[in-house]
Amino acid sequence: MNKDEYKKLVEKHTPKEPRLRNIGVAFLVGGIVGFIGEFLIYMLTSSFGMSESIAGVYTCLIIIGLASLLTALGFFDNWVNKCKCGLIIPTTGFAHSVTSSALDYKKDGLITGLGSNFFKLAGSVILYGVISAFILVIVRVVIGG
Amino acid sequence: MASTKYKNIYLTDYVTLGGPLERESHLKNFDFVMDDYYYGEKTFEQAEIKMQGEVIDKILKKNALKNSDVSLLVGGDLNNQIAITSYNAKNYNFPFLGVYSACATFVESLIVASNFVNSLGYRKILTITSSHNLTAEKQFRYPIEYGAPKPHTATFTTTGAVATLVSKKESKIKIESSTIGTPVDMGISDANHMGAVMAPAAASTLMMHLQELNRSADYYDLILTGDLGCVGKKILEDYLETNHNIKLKKYLDAGCELFLDSQETYAGGSGPACLPLVLFNKILTTKKYKKILIIATGALHSVALVNQAKPIPAIAHALSLEVL
Repeated sequence: MNKDEYKKLVEKHTPKEPRLRNIGVAFLVGGIVGFIGEFLIYMLTSSFGMSESIAGVYTCLIIIGLASLLTALGFFDNWVNKCKCGLIIPTTGFAHSVTSSALDYKKDGLITGLGSNFFKLAGSVILYGVISAFILVIVRVVIGG
Repeated sequence: MASTKYKNIYLTDYVTLGGPLERESHLKNFDFVMDDYYYGEKTFEQAEIKMQGEVIDKILKKNALKNSDVSLLVGGDLNNQIAITSYNAKNYNFPFLGVYSACATFVESLIVASNFVNSLGYRKILTITSSHNLTAEKQFRYPIEYGAPKPHTATFTTTGAVATLVSKKESKIKIESSTIGTPVDMGISDANHMGAVMAPAAASTLMMHLQELNRSADYYDLILTGDLGCVGKKILEDYLETNHNIKLKKYLDAGCELFLDSQETYAGGSGPACLPLVLFNKILTTKKYKKILIIATGALHSVALVNQAKPIPAIAHALSLEVL
Protein backbone atom coordinates (compact mmCIF):
# COMPACT_ATOMS: atom_id res chain seq x y z
CA MET A 1 0.00 0.00 0.00
CA ASN A 2 1.48 3.36 -0.98
CA LYS A 3 1.01 6.64 0.85
CA ASP A 4 -1.89 7.86 -1.31
CA GLU A 5 -3.79 4.61 -0.87
CA TYR A 6 -3.16 4.82 2.86
CA LYS A 7 -4.52 8.39 2.98
CA LYS A 8 -7.72 7.13 1.37
CA LEU A 9 -7.98 4.29 3.90
CA VAL A 10 -7.52 6.82 6.76
CA GLU A 11 -10.16 9.14 5.32
CA LYS A 12 -12.61 6.25 5.12
CA HIS A 13 -12.38 5.74 8.90
CA THR A 14 -12.07 9.37 9.98
CA PRO A 15 -15.32 10.62 11.52
CA LYS A 16 -16.74 13.76 9.89
CA GLU A 17 -16.85 16.89 12.02
CA PRO A 18 -20.40 18.26 12.44
CA ARG A 19 -19.66 21.46 10.50
CA LEU A 20 -23.22 22.66 10.11
CA ARG A 21 -23.84 22.32 13.84
CA ASN A 22 -20.55 24.07 14.65
CA ILE A 23 -21.47 26.95 12.34
CA GLY A 24 -24.92 27.20 13.92
CA VAL A 25 -23.53 27.24 17.47
CA ALA A 26 -20.83 29.77 16.54
CA PHE A 27 -23.46 32.00 14.88
CA LEU A 28 -25.72 31.95 17.92
CA VAL A 29 -23.01 32.35 20.58
CA GLY A 30 -21.13 34.99 18.57
CA GLY A 31 -24.45 36.78 18.11
CA ILE A 32 -25.12 36.73 21.84
CA VAL A 33 -21.67 38.24 22.53
CA GLY A 34 -22.45 40.94 19.95
CA PHE A 35 -25.85 41.52 21.57
CA ILE A 36 -24.22 41.94 25.02
CA GLY A 37 -21.80 44.44 23.46
CA GLU A 38 -24.62 46.43 21.84
CA PHE A 39 -26.56 46.42 25.10
CA LEU A 40 -23.52 47.73 27.00
CA ILE A 41 -23.03 50.53 24.46
CA TYR A 42 -26.73 51.44 24.74
CA MET A 43 -26.51 51.50 28.57
CA LEU A 44 -23.30 53.56 28.60
CA THR A 45 -24.61 56.14 26.12
CA SER A 46 -28.09 56.47 27.62
CA SER A 47 -27.33 56.16 31.35
CA PHE A 48 -23.81 57.63 31.58
CA GLY A 49 -24.05 60.16 28.81
CA MET A 50 -20.99 58.87 26.94
CA SER A 51 -20.43 59.45 23.24
CA GLU A 52 -20.83 56.35 21.09
CA SER A 53 -17.08 55.97 20.38
CA ILE A 54 -16.10 56.27 24.06
CA ALA A 55 -18.86 53.82 25.01
CA GLY A 56 -17.43 51.39 22.42
CA VAL A 57 -14.02 51.53 24.07
CA TYR A 58 -15.50 50.89 27.52
CA THR A 59 -17.61 48.02 26.18
CA CYS A 60 -14.50 46.43 24.70
CA LEU A 61 -12.70 46.78 28.04
CA ILE A 62 -15.62 45.28 29.98
CA ILE A 63 -15.89 42.28 27.63
CA ILE A 64 -12.13 41.69 27.68
CA GLY A 65 -12.09 41.96 31.48
CA LEU A 66 -15.02 39.56 31.83
CA ALA A 67 -13.51 36.99 29.45
CA SER A 68 -10.16 37.11 31.27
CA LEU A 69 -11.84 36.77 34.65
CA LEU A 70 -13.86 33.77 33.47
CA THR A 71 -10.69 32.18 32.04
CA ALA A 72 -8.93 32.66 35.37
CA LEU A 73 -11.89 31.17 37.24
CA GLY A 74 -11.67 28.13 34.98
CA PHE A 75 -14.99 28.36 33.07
CA PHE A 76 -13.99 29.83 29.77
CA ASP A 77 -11.88 26.97 28.38
CA ASN A 78 -14.88 24.62 28.65
CA TRP A 79 -17.10 27.15 26.91
CA VAL A 80 -14.56 27.72 24.12
CA ASN A 81 -14.31 23.98 23.67
CA LYS A 82 -18.08 23.73 23.18
CA CYS A 83 -18.88 27.00 21.38
CA LYS A 84 -15.68 27.08 19.27
CA CYS A 85 -15.50 30.09 16.92
CA GLY A 86 -18.48 31.77 18.59
CA LEU A 87 -16.17 32.74 21.42
CA ILE A 88 -12.77 32.59 19.66
CA ILE A 89 -13.46 35.16 16.94
CA PRO A 90 -14.88 38.02 19.08
CA THR A 91 -12.49 39.99 21.28
CA THR A 92 -13.32 37.47 24.05
CA GLY A 93 -11.10 34.96 22.23
CA PHE A 94 -8.19 37.38 22.12
CA ALA A 95 -8.46 38.12 25.85
CA HIS A 96 -8.80 34.43 26.62
CA SER A 97 -5.72 33.49 24.58
CA VAL A 98 -3.57 36.01 26.46
CA THR A 99 -4.91 35.09 29.91
CA SER A 100 -4.60 31.34 29.33
CA SER A 101 -0.97 31.70 28.19
CA ALA A 102 -0.21 33.88 31.20
CA LEU A 103 -1.77 31.36 33.58
CA ASP A 104 0.14 28.52 31.99
CA TYR A 105 3.55 30.07 32.32
CA LYS A 106 3.26 32.19 35.46
CA LYS A 107 5.24 29.68 37.50
CA ASP A 108 8.09 29.53 34.97
CA GLY A 109 9.34 32.99 35.97
CA LEU A 110 8.12 36.54 35.31
CA ILE A 111 10.47 37.13 32.36
CA THR A 112 11.27 33.63 31.03
CA GLY A 113 7.75 32.33 31.65
CA LEU A 114 4.91 34.84 31.82
CA GLY A 115 6.59 37.70 29.93
CA SER A 116 7.91 35.76 26.96
CA ASN A 117 4.80 33.58 26.54
CA PHE A 118 2.13 36.23 27.17
CA PHE A 119 1.42 36.75 23.46
CA LYS A 120 2.17 33.17 22.45
CA LEU A 121 -1.18 32.78 20.68
CA ALA A 122 -2.21 36.44 20.44
CA GLY A 123 1.06 37.54 18.79
CA SER A 124 -0.18 36.42 15.36
CA VAL A 125 -3.43 38.35 15.83
CA ILE A 126 -1.57 41.55 16.71
CA LEU A 127 1.05 41.25 13.95
CA TYR A 128 -1.34 40.37 11.11
CA GLY A 129 -3.98 42.74 12.47
CA VAL A 130 -1.54 45.65 12.23
CA ILE A 131 -0.33 44.59 8.77
CA SER A 132 -3.85 44.22 7.37
CA ALA A 133 -4.88 47.57 8.90
CA PHE A 134 -1.87 49.18 7.20
CA ILE A 135 -2.74 47.66 3.82
CA LEU A 136 -6.42 48.65 4.14
CA VAL A 137 -5.44 52.24 4.98
CA ILE A 138 -3.35 52.39 1.79
CA VAL A 139 -6.28 50.99 -0.19
CA ARG A 140 -8.54 53.60 1.31
CA VAL A 141 -6.11 56.45 0.57
CA VAL A 142 -5.74 55.29 -3.05
CA ILE A 143 -9.45 54.73 -3.68
CA GLY A 144 -10.98 57.28 -1.34
CA GLY A 145 -8.42 60.01 -2.01
CA MET B 1 16.43 -10.17 13.46
CA ALA B 2 14.67 -7.79 15.82
CA SER B 3 12.92 -10.42 17.94
CA THR B 4 14.38 -12.04 21.05
CA LYS B 5 13.10 -14.97 23.11
CA TYR B 6 13.81 -14.87 26.82
CA LYS B 7 14.39 -17.64 29.34
CA ASN B 8 12.92 -17.17 32.79
CA ILE B 9 12.57 -13.41 32.78
CA TYR B 10 9.66 -12.21 34.88
CA LEU B 11 7.77 -9.03 35.43
CA THR B 12 8.18 -9.62 39.14
CA ASP B 13 6.02 -6.77 40.37
CA TYR B 14 4.29 -3.56 39.32
CA VAL B 15 2.82 -0.48 40.97
CA THR B 16 0.37 1.88 39.26
CA LEU B 17 -0.93 5.38 39.86
CA GLY B 18 -3.98 6.82 38.13
CA GLY B 19 -4.95 10.44 37.53
CA PRO B 20 -8.21 12.21 38.45
CA LEU B 21 -10.03 11.19 35.26
CA GLU B 22 -8.55 7.68 35.18
CA ARG B 23 -9.87 6.84 38.66
CA GLU B 24 -13.40 7.41 37.34
CA SER B 25 -12.81 5.35 34.18
CA HIS B 26 -12.98 1.62 33.32
CA LEU B 27 -9.80 1.03 35.34
CA LYS B 28 -9.67 -0.20 38.93
CA ASN B 29 -7.28 -1.42 41.66
CA PHE B 30 -4.79 1.45 41.44
CA ASP B 31 -2.10 1.58 44.13
CA PHE B 32 -2.43 5.35 44.16
CA VAL B 33 -4.97 7.80 42.76
CA MET B 34 -4.76 11.56 42.33
CA ASP B 35 -7.52 13.89 43.46
CA ASP B 36 -6.32 16.70 41.23
CA TYR B 37 -3.65 17.43 38.66
CA TYR B 38 -1.36 19.25 41.11
CA TYR B 39 -1.04 16.27 43.48
CA GLY B 40 -0.02 18.58 46.31
CA GLU B 41 2.78 20.26 44.34
CA LYS B 42 3.18 23.79 42.96
CA THR B 43 3.41 22.94 39.25
CA PHE B 44 2.28 20.11 36.98
CA GLU B 45 5.88 19.12 36.19
CA GLN B 46 6.66 18.79 39.87
CA ALA B 47 3.46 16.79 40.30
CA GLU B 48 4.66 14.33 37.65
CA ILE B 49 8.01 13.96 39.44
CA LYS B 50 6.08 13.16 42.62
CA MET B 51 3.85 10.68 40.76
CA GLN B 52 6.89 8.71 39.63
CA GLY B 53 8.44 8.99 43.10
CA GLU B 54 5.35 7.49 44.75
CA VAL B 55 5.31 4.38 42.57
CA ILE B 56 9.08 3.89 42.87
CA ASP B 57 8.87 4.18 46.69
CA LYS B 58 6.04 1.68 46.82
CA ILE B 59 7.71 -0.93 44.59
CA LEU B 60 10.93 -0.70 46.62
CA LYS B 61 8.97 -1.12 49.86
CA LYS B 62 6.79 -3.97 48.58
CA ASN B 63 9.83 -5.95 47.49
CA ALA B 64 12.00 -4.99 50.48
CA LEU B 65 14.64 -3.43 48.24
CA LYS B 66 17.24 -0.88 49.29
CA ASN B 67 18.23 1.74 46.71
CA SER B 68 21.57 -0.07 46.28
CA ASP B 69 19.79 -3.36 45.43
CA VAL B 70 18.50 -1.88 42.17
CA SER B 71 21.05 -2.61 39.46
CA LEU B 72 19.48 -0.27 36.90
CA LEU B 73 16.59 2.13 36.35
CA VAL B 74 15.27 2.29 32.79
CA GLY B 75 12.52 4.70 31.84
CA GLY B 76 11.25 7.85 30.26
CA ASP B 77 8.34 10.24 29.90
CA LEU B 78 6.96 12.84 27.47
CA ASN B 79 8.64 15.96 28.84
CA ASN B 80 11.53 17.71 27.13
CA GLN B 81 14.81 15.84 27.68
CA ILE B 82 12.80 13.22 29.67
CA ALA B 83 13.52 15.49 32.62
CA ILE B 84 10.87 14.01 34.94
CA THR B 85 12.48 10.56 34.90
CA SER B 86 16.00 12.00 35.11
CA TYR B 87 15.11 14.02 38.22
CA ASN B 88 13.85 10.86 39.89
CA ALA B 89 16.96 8.90 38.90
CA LYS B 90 18.92 11.64 40.65
CA ASN B 91 16.67 11.51 43.73
CA TYR B 92 17.20 7.78 44.20
CA ASN B 93 20.82 7.47 43.08
CA PHE B 94 20.13 4.58 40.73
CA PRO B 95 22.32 3.74 37.73
CA PHE B 96 20.09 5.13 35.01
CA LEU B 97 19.35 4.66 31.32
CA GLY B 98 16.81 7.14 29.96
CA VAL B 99 14.79 5.95 26.98
CA TYR B 100 12.33 7.71 24.70
CA SER B 101 9.97 6.46 22.07
CA ALA B 102 7.01 8.67 23.01
CA CYS B 103 4.01 6.53 23.95
CA ALA B 104 5.97 3.30 23.29
CA THR B 105 8.40 4.13 26.10
CA PHE B 106 6.88 1.59 28.51
CA VAL B 107 7.56 -1.39 26.26
CA GLU B 108 10.94 -0.01 25.18
CA SER B 109 12.05 0.14 28.84
CA LEU B 110 10.81 -3.41 29.44
CA ILE B 111 12.70 -4.66 26.37
CA VAL B 112 15.91 -2.95 27.52
CA ALA B 113 15.44 -4.30 31.06
CA SER B 114 14.70 -7.85 29.85
CA ASN B 115 17.77 -7.87 27.63
CA PHE B 116 20.02 -6.66 30.45
CA VAL B 117 18.71 -9.38 32.77
CA ASN B 118 18.77 -12.02 30.04
CA SER B 119 22.20 -11.39 28.52
CA LEU B 120 24.21 -9.36 31.00
CA GLY B 121 23.12 -10.94 34.25
CA TYR B 122 21.71 -7.78 35.84
CA ARG B 123 19.64 -8.93 38.81
CA LYS B 124 16.95 -6.38 39.56
CA ILE B 125 15.94 -3.69 37.11
CA LEU B 126 13.26 -1.09 37.75
CA THR B 127 11.41 0.49 34.85
CA ILE B 128 9.45 3.72 35.18
CA THR B 129 7.02 5.46 32.82
CA SER B 130 4.61 8.30 33.36
CA SER B 131 2.50 10.83 31.55
CA HIS B 132 0.55 13.80 32.82
CA ASN B 133 -2.21 15.23 30.66
CA LEU B 134 -1.39 18.84 31.41
CA THR B 135 2.42 18.71 31.09
CA ALA B 136 1.88 16.99 27.74
CA GLU B 137 -0.72 19.54 26.62
CA LYS B 138 1.63 22.37 27.56
CA GLN B 139 4.54 20.70 25.80
CA PHE B 140 2.89 19.61 22.57
CA ARG B 141 -0.24 21.72 22.16
CA TYR B 142 -1.94 24.91 23.32
CA PRO B 143 -1.92 26.51 26.78
CA ILE B 144 -3.97 24.40 29.16
CA GLU B 145 -6.62 27.00 30.01
CA TYR B 146 -7.14 27.79 26.33
CA GLY B 147 -9.32 24.71 25.83
CA ALA B 148 -8.67 24.65 22.10
CA PRO B 149 -11.37 22.68 20.24
CA LYS B 150 -10.09 19.38 18.87
CA PRO B 151 -11.35 17.05 16.14
CA HIS B 152 -12.85 13.65 16.95
CA THR B 153 -9.64 11.93 15.87
CA ALA B 154 -7.56 13.52 18.66
CA THR B 155 -6.61 11.48 21.71
CA PHE B 156 -6.43 12.49 25.36
CA THR B 157 -3.11 12.05 27.18
CA THR B 158 -3.53 9.69 30.13
CA THR B 159 -2.36 10.79 33.56
CA GLY B 160 -0.59 8.04 35.42
CA ALA B 161 2.69 6.49 36.46
CA VAL B 162 3.81 2.88 36.40
CA ALA B 163 6.86 1.22 37.93
CA THR B 164 7.77 -2.40 37.24
CA LEU B 165 10.45 -4.71 38.55
CA VAL B 166 12.10 -7.05 36.04
CA SER B 167 14.16 -9.94 37.38
CA LYS B 168 14.54 -13.72 37.32
CA LYS B 169 12.38 -14.04 40.43
CA GLU B 170 9.32 -16.02 39.47
CA SER B 171 5.99 -14.25 39.35
CA LYS B 172 2.66 -14.51 37.62
CA ILE B 173 3.78 -12.61 34.53
CA LYS B 174 6.51 -14.07 32.37
CA ILE B 175 8.20 -11.96 29.69
CA GLU B 176 8.39 -14.45 26.85
CA SER B 177 9.75 -12.55 23.85
CA SER B 178 10.04 -9.12 22.33
CA THR B 179 10.28 -7.41 18.95
CA ILE B 180 11.95 -4.04 18.45
CA GLY B 181 10.08 -1.96 15.87
CA THR B 182 11.32 0.00 12.88
CA PRO B 183 10.10 3.61 12.44
CA VAL B 184 7.40 3.88 9.76
CA ASP B 185 6.22 7.01 7.94
CA MET B 186 3.10 6.78 5.81
CA GLY B 187 2.97 10.49 5.04
CA ILE B 188 0.48 11.61 7.73
CA SER B 189 1.40 15.00 9.23
CA ASP B 190 -1.72 15.66 11.31
CA ALA B 191 -0.75 15.77 15.01
CA ASN B 192 -4.44 15.50 15.88
CA HIS B 193 -4.72 12.13 14.19
CA MET B 194 -2.12 9.98 15.95
CA GLY B 195 -4.08 6.79 15.35
CA ALA B 196 -3.54 7.20 11.60
CA VAL B 197 0.12 8.08 12.16
CA MET B 198 0.84 5.02 14.32
CA ALA B 199 -1.35 2.24 12.90
CA PRO B 200 1.12 1.26 10.12
CA ALA B 201 3.95 1.05 12.69
CA ALA B 202 1.84 -1.32 14.82
CA ALA B 203 1.13 -3.41 11.73
CA SER B 204 4.79 -3.52 10.74
CA THR B 205 5.96 -4.66 14.20
CA LEU B 206 3.15 -7.20 14.51
CA MET B 207 4.02 -8.73 11.13
CA MET B 208 7.72 -8.81 11.98
CA HIS B 209 6.99 -10.45 15.34
CA LEU B 210 4.75 -13.15 13.87
CA GLN B 211 7.13 -13.84 10.99
CA GLU B 212 10.34 -14.01 13.01
CA LEU B 213 8.85 -16.20 15.73
CA ASN B 214 6.90 -18.22 13.18
CA ARG B 215 3.51 -17.67 14.79
CA SER B 216 0.05 -16.76 13.63
CA ALA B 217 -2.03 -14.02 15.21
CA ASP B 218 -4.29 -16.72 16.71
CA TYR B 219 -1.38 -17.86 18.90
CA TYR B 220 -2.27 -15.03 21.28
CA ASP B 221 -5.33 -14.85 23.51
CA LEU B 222 -5.15 -11.10 23.17
CA ILE B 223 -3.31 -8.57 21.07
CA LEU B 224 -3.33 -5.20 22.82
CA THR B 225 -2.07 -2.10 21.01
CA GLY B 226 -1.02 0.96 22.97
CA ASP B 227 -2.87 4.12 22.11
CA LEU B 228 -4.21 4.11 18.58
CA GLY B 229 -7.59 5.20 19.94
CA CYS B 230 -10.96 4.05 18.63
CA VAL B 231 -10.39 5.58 15.17
CA GLY B 232 -6.82 4.23 14.87
CA LYS B 233 -8.02 0.78 15.92
CA LYS B 234 -10.38 0.61 12.92
CA ILE B 235 -7.60 1.87 10.64
CA LEU B 236 -5.22 -0.85 11.86
CA GLU B 237 -7.82 -3.59 11.38
CA ASP B 238 -8.57 -2.43 7.84
CA TYR B 239 -4.86 -1.93 7.04
CA LEU B 240 -3.96 -5.46 8.18
CA GLU B 241 -6.84 -6.95 6.23
CA THR B 242 -6.07 -5.05 3.02
CA ASN B 243 -2.29 -5.40 3.16
CA HIS B 244 -1.60 -8.67 4.90
CA ASN B 245 -4.90 -10.48 4.64
CA ILE B 246 -5.08 -10.90 8.42
CA LYS B 247 -8.33 -10.49 10.30
CA LEU B 248 -7.61 -9.87 13.98
CA LYS B 249 -10.14 -11.69 16.14
CA LYS B 250 -8.85 -11.13 19.65
CA TYR B 251 -7.73 -7.56 19.47
CA LEU B 252 -8.17 -4.54 21.74
CA ASP B 253 -6.65 -1.08 21.84
CA ALA B 254 -5.72 0.31 25.26
CA GLY B 255 -6.61 3.88 24.29
CA CYS B 256 -10.09 2.80 23.24
CA GLU B 257 -10.58 0.67 26.39
CA LEU B 258 -9.67 3.28 28.97
CA PHE B 259 -12.21 6.07 29.30
CA LEU B 260 -15.98 6.06 29.54
CA ASP B 261 -17.90 7.59 26.63
CA SER B 262 -19.26 10.24 29.00
CA GLN B 263 -15.72 11.45 29.77
CA GLU B 264 -15.49 13.17 26.37
CA THR B 265 -11.93 12.18 25.55
CA TYR B 266 -12.36 12.32 21.75
CA ALA B 267 -10.97 9.08 20.22
CA GLY B 268 -9.68 7.71 23.55
CA GLY B 269 -6.59 7.73 25.73
CA SER B 270 -2.95 8.05 24.75
CA GLY B 271 0.43 8.63 26.36
CA PRO B 272 3.13 6.32 27.74
CA ALA B 273 1.00 5.47 30.81
CA CYS B 274 -2.07 4.46 28.76
CA LEU B 275 -1.00 0.92 27.79
CA PRO B 276 0.43 -0.16 31.18
CA LEU B 277 -2.56 1.22 33.10
CA VAL B 278 -5.04 -0.62 30.87
CA LEU B 279 -2.90 -3.78 30.98
CA PHE B 280 -2.45 -3.86 34.76
CA ASN B 281 -5.68 -2.23 35.89
CA LYS B 282 -8.13 -3.73 33.43
CA ILE B 283 -6.89 -6.60 31.27
CA LEU B 284 -5.00 -8.51 33.98
CA THR B 285 -7.75 -8.02 36.57
CA THR B 286 -10.15 -10.04 34.38
CA LYS B 287 -7.79 -13.08 34.51
CA LYS B 288 -9.20 -14.11 31.12
CA TYR B 289 -6.07 -14.03 29.01
CA LYS B 290 -2.97 -16.24 29.19
CA LYS B 291 -0.89 -15.22 26.21
CA ILE B 292 -0.90 -11.49 25.61
CA LEU B 293 0.99 -9.55 22.96
CA ILE B 294 1.31 -5.89 23.83
CA ILE B 295 2.28 -3.52 21.03
CA ALA B 296 3.06 -0.03 22.31
CA THR B 297 2.90 2.66 19.64
CA GLY B 298 4.66 6.04 19.67
CA ALA B 299 4.69 9.07 17.39
CA LEU B 300 8.24 10.32 17.04
CA HIS B 301 7.53 13.97 16.31
CA SER B 302 8.53 17.32 17.73
CA VAL B 303 6.46 20.50 17.74
CA ALA B 304 9.00 22.24 15.47
CA LEU B 305 8.91 19.54 12.79
CA VAL B 306 5.10 19.32 12.87
CA ASN B 307 4.95 23.11 12.40
CA GLN B 308 7.26 22.66 9.42
CA ALA B 309 4.58 20.30 7.99
CA LYS B 310 6.88 17.27 7.99
CA PRO B 311 5.16 13.86 8.05
CA ILE B 312 5.31 12.14 11.45
CA PRO B 313 7.29 8.90 11.79
CA ALA B 314 5.90 6.33 14.23
CA ILE B 315 7.34 3.33 16.02
CA ALA B 316 5.89 0.29 17.74
CA HIS B 317 7.58 -2.20 20.07
CA ALA B 318 6.04 -5.56 20.91
CA LEU B 319 6.34 -7.68 24.02
CA SER B 320 4.83 -11.12 24.51
CA LEU B 321 3.65 -11.85 28.06
CA GLU B 322 2.54 -15.15 29.53
CA VAL B 323 0.24 -14.94 32.52
CA LEU B 324 0.88 -18.03 34.64
